[in-house]
Amino acid sequence: MSAPTLRIKDLRLGFQGWSGTVEVLHGISMHIRKGERVALVGESGSGKSVTARIVLGLLQQLRSARVSGLVEFEGRDLEKLKARERSRLRGTAMSMIFQDPTSSLNPVYTIGVQFHEVLRRRHPDIRMPQAREMAIKALQDVAIPDPARALDSYSFQLSGGMNQRVMIAMALANEPSLLLADEPGTALDVTVQAQTLKLMRDLVEEHHTSVLFISHNLGVVREFADRVYVIYKGRIVEHGPAEGLFEDPRHPYTQALMRAVPRLTGGGIPEIDDVSQDYFAPLVVHEGCGEPEAVS
Amino acid sequence: MSPVLRLLAKRLVTSIIVLIGVSMLIFTIARVIPGDPARIALGPNATAEQVQNLRERLHLNEPLPVQYGHFIADLSRGDLGVSLYTNRPVTRDIAQFLPATLELILVAGLMMILIGLPLGALAARYRDTWADSLIRVVSLLGVSAPAFVWAVILMLLFAYFLPIFPIAGRISNAFSIPAVTGFLLVDTLIAGNFRAFGSALSHIILPAFALALSGIGQAARLTRSNMVETYDRPYIEMARSYGFPERRIARRYAFRPSMIPSMTIIGLDFAAMLGNAFLVEAVFAWPGLSRYGVAVILRKDLNAIVGTVLCIAALFLIVNIIVDLVTAYLNPRIRHSQRA
Amino acid sequence: MQRTLYILLRNPMSMLGLLLVFIVVFSAIFADFIAPFPEHRGAVVDFANFNRAPEWPYIFGTDLVGRDIFSRIIYAFRISLMLGAVVLAIAVPIGVTIGLLAGYLGGWTEYFLMRLTDVFLSIPPLVLAMSIMGVLEPTLTNGMLAVTAMWWPWYTRLVYNITRSEKEEGYVLAAEVIGASRLHVMFREILPNCVPSILTKMTLDLGFVILIASSLSFLGLGVQPPTPDLGSMVAEGATYLPDSWWLTVFPGLAILVAVFGFNLVGDALREVLGTDQ
Repeated sequence: MSAPTLRIKDLRLGFQGWSGTVEVLHGISMHIRKGERVALVGESGSGKSVTARIVLGLLQQLRSARVSGLVEFEGRDLEKLKARERSRLRGTAMSMIFQDPTSSLNPVYTIGVQFHEVLRRRHPDIRMPQAREMAIKALQDVAIPDPARALDSYSFQLSGGMNQRVMIAMALANEPSLLLADEPGTALDVTVQAQTLKLMRDLVEEHHTSVLFISHNLGVVREFADRVYVIYKGRIVEHGPAEGLFEDPRHPYTQALMRAVPRLTGGGIPEIDDVSQDYFAPLVVHEGCGEPEAVS
Repeated sequence: MSPVLRLLAKRLVTSIIVLIGVSMLIFTIARVIPGDPARIALGPNATAEQVQNLRERLHLNEPLPVQYGHFIADLSRGDLGVSLYTNRPVTRDIAQFLPATLELILVAGLMMILIGLPLGALAARYRDTWADSLIRVVSLLGVSAPAFVWAVILMLLFAYFLPIFPIAGRISNAFSIPAVTGFLLVDTLIAGNFRAFGSALSHIILPAFALALSGIGQAARLTRSNMVETYDRPYIEMARSYGFPERRIARRYAFRPSMIPSMTIIGLDFAAMLGNAFLVEAVFAWPGLSRYGVAVILRKDLNAIVGTVLCIAALFLIVNIIVDLVTAYLNPRIRHSQRA
Repeated sequence: MQRTLYILLRNPMSMLGLLLVFIVVFSAIFADFIAPFPEHRGAVVDFANFNRAPEWPYIFGTDLVGRDIFSRIIYAFRISLMLGAVVLAIAVPIGVTIGLLAGYLGGWTEYFLMRLTDVFLSIPPLVLAMSIMGVLEPTLTNGMLAVTAMWWPWYTRLVYNITRSEKEEGYVLAAEVIGASRLHVMFREILPNCVPSILTKMTLDLGFVILIASSLSFLGLGVQPPTPDLGSMVAEGATYLPDSWWLTVFPGLAILVAVFGFNLVGDALREVLGTDQ
């Protein structure tokens, strides 16, 4: 069996402050196999967003960050790579899409210019005309009407939904092995979000891209992911297949999260206990899931 | 009509209104003074009759609005009156002295942009390191002293103790260059006289730098704080997530959006140099409009005062318009907005 | 308030600024006790000791009529700070009020007031002050008048911008709905939100007033001799460069040090209060 696209083992993160170190991640372990879509679900402050940034290597650039543990990408230990090699992976082998699509695109350059920059990561010598061709194709894949005009527009001229699709197109343009999606569509209208996510799912299936999908919204995750990790205050508390987790949430925190999803079938918006000792219960793993050992 | 043209038109109209306001303000101030400008001009030995004649000629006995009317009428003919100081038409005085000041300000402005902006960008990129702290302290020092203090210090250091630069004047007396534009740096090149160009250049460096120091400091501080803010923006994180090299991010991705909020203040600083030129021209004996302005103010030379201030205010407004246009160029949101 | 002080004291630069400001203010207030030659602030001549290079007891040297430069600098600080305090005490209320009116009332009031402000703003500050000074007798009072006249528009701009954005905020609409008078909304609701920006600017302005005032007197348009003033001291000494360098260098450095101190403190305040210009 080939190495998983992503393997995280006992990852810890702390921030060095004046009054000591603040621990954010307390040793989390996850893996994503090729072509798998894995979700990391938790409330804000749980540590899910920083995990993605650690994989990319962006967080480590903060001087106060203290990271330890194993992060393996396609069998290679990322922490052992030199900075240059690591940055070479960004935009080519792994790419990220962000929460607010409009503000994630540079407001003073056209979409076309930015797309060209992205394509240059994979094809350093590509010129504008070919880049345009490739970009138009990529934009067609995300169902943007009149791609040529979109390329000549600025981000503030396009709708949030269109910007989101542009971001997805950019992220997938260089055929990365791993796509990191940090709460995609959260800034969007619910119906637009649903459409965009469906589009994203079809595309990653087509390209066999592995996905780490970060979200606080269990409902959205259910549609999209194969497996789900639930994270609470820097610890993984439950891990199971998407359907399985939904039918049978076993950890108290997961159960609380499920209750917090507003249901259409009456009952209104449920209450969720802010903090409960139960949430610190140990990790619950569903059958058939579990962390792979090192493939050496 | 394109939004940019509409912006330009609106600015021009506003500027003209403001200019009219300025003229009224200065006119009033210049006229409502203790003392008799005619008597001051003619000196203590003039007879009462001579003074009266001059007062008649200058319309000084008529009501203020009428005087203003005369002024506007003259202005529309391009006549700003005669200076009681030089006994020449004010317009001629301005034409003679303005280029020297303009040249000084333009060189200072260039220094402000070419030194201040990169310094600020460097400080932002190496934020919280020793380089950043050094640049911040130096910038703050730059804005903390009036231009004449810097002028004196620079002169002492680089013209006296280390005699690298000349002490005063625009160009060595050895050269006589025909005046085409009035800008010595340009005229010497037009005349093909490179040694004269060198002389003009070495004469302008110290005064321009003294004038520019405050602007350099301000530009550096502003650029730094804007770029630091920009570095925190989501689109910079996205750029990093794609592995764009940090240098490229600094130069292309972060720089342009940062410039937009800076532009207004930089424009204001540039215009402030118009005012501060007085101080530097005094120290370096630079034959510019500001020195002329000080002289006529001290002599209560009404026509010259009004003419000079109007001229400077007009320049100020022009600079503001240019700044607005540059901002529009940098900021696509303005170029593409449906309402100006 | 406590937190503000704590943060201010942790940062070495702001501590330096506080120290400098303290020195300036302290010497201004206690000039009579600190200055080695307090009588030199007036029209004293001592030709036996004129134009001496720095040496004890004249630590900054003496000027052309024999007065101790150090003492005169200290008294000049007093004059400058007084000038600054008076100017701000007048300019700030005027500017703030106009800004509030223009920002809140809108319509023709806004248009007229802001165009008026623009007129004052489009003349470079020094030029305006100079023109006013040029037509009035150059005295300290008139100097204060001139600087005040050019100062208020900056506060108007500042408060106008804040008022315009605060106007739409919830608390303002709430007050209007209960029927609060416009005066109440302006001064009791919106104004308190402007205070941090105003305070920061005032601190920075104390330094700037010193700068502008010294520029004016450098040109001969400000304080007149024998009153000591940093700008005029530099002007007097400028013709004796480079030989009697102490005549210009020490007053010039005094300006730099004072303004630098106020700028440091103002900067630190700005970071702490989180205001932007």
